[in-house]
Amino acid sequence: MPSLKEVRVRIASVKSTRQITSAMKMVAASKLRRAQNAIMTMRPYAAKLQEIMQNLSGSLDGSDEGIFGQDRGDNKVLLIPITSNRGLCGAFNANVIKETNHLLEGTYANQYKAGNVDFMCIGKKSADAFKKDGYNVVATHIDIFNDLSFEAVVEIAESLMADFAAKKYDKIILVYNQFKNAAVQILQTEQFLPVVPEETESEDGNVANYIFEPNKEDILEALVPKSIKVTLYKALLDSFAAEHGARMTAMHKATENADELVKELNLTYNKARQAAITKEILEIVGGAEALKG
Amino acid sequence: MKLEIITPDKTIFEGEAELVQLPGIDGSFEILNNHAPLISALDTGKIKVKTAGVESFYEINGGVIEVLDNKVLILAQ
Repeated sequence: MPSLKEVRVRIASVKSTRQITSAMKMVAASKLRRAQNAIMTMRPYAAKLQEIMQNLSGSLDGSDEGIFGQDRGDNKVLLIPITSNRGLCGAFNANVIKETNHLLEGTYANQYKAGNVDFMCIGKKSADAFKKDGYNVVATHIDIFNDLSFEAVVEIAESLMADFAAKKYDKIILVYNQFKNAAVQILQTEQFLPVVPEETESEDGNVANYIFEPNKEDILEALVPKSIKVTLYKALLDSFAAEHGARMTAMHKATENADELVKELNLTYNKARQAAITKEILEIVGGAEALKG
Repeated sequence: MKLEIITPDKTIFEGEAELVQLPGIDGSFEILNNHAPLISALDTGKIKVKTAGVESFYEINGGVIEVLDNKVLILAQ
């Protein structure tokens, strides 16, 4: 049985850890609320944009995909793993890194052997992981999550679009966690560029007779880059909200575990105390007996 | 007509409007009540909204507008 002092020290240390995890949980919860609001206002925007694009491209014959729709095969690939800057959020980052490695071993094994896979890491955790393993990391964006604004994301999206247009890459893939709810993140692997042609919904007659001003082609030309930027922004917002969700859940579990541990330790402590008291009484009684005799 | 101006970050305007003036990529145009369905791309500029005789202005950096069933939706940037 551990000594009284030992147990007391352990209880104190578990309690202080519990305090930290429970504080982190609160912080994550409040950050999650903000991030969740951002993604919730973003989603209708993205959905509407998608709908308009579909409406437009559905009535075009689809032969002209524009520069961002060019399918040039997948000789040169850029992978964009999106993680958080900080840890302590369960398997959140590990999942992204694992999935990216999985892509390297599977889908893009040949390109990887030929040295044609580059990385653009968003979030400190992915940057650390892939730099350490000696992958070809061409760019990292770590500060982006400090102040996640559309303008900042547009800059990255524009540089990616320029790289793609200049044929530096044939395919750009995003790997990120999609936010479903506070407890559930869905790992997503999404083709960022070239743009995947929208599946046109069946013409079910209720498509309104829109006037297109100036004309469909011009509108589509203006909309495609916009929707590409929105895609990246949405992925980042999703990942950001998912990160806080994951951290909240992880910290909640940690706090619960700490509670349980404290309970167990208290029991051990009380048992040890009881044993010490019993022993002392026995000693006193034994001493008194000896004096009598 | 119902008007909604949204950006990726937030909703800028939501409510009834009598008149909207927009910076189209081929020049400025206005939308009044009961406009026919329309989709158009917008350029950088100011949106003028007239609600109950009061005019207000919103800066946008390009966008797209959809008009359907007397509902105007502007996806701005």
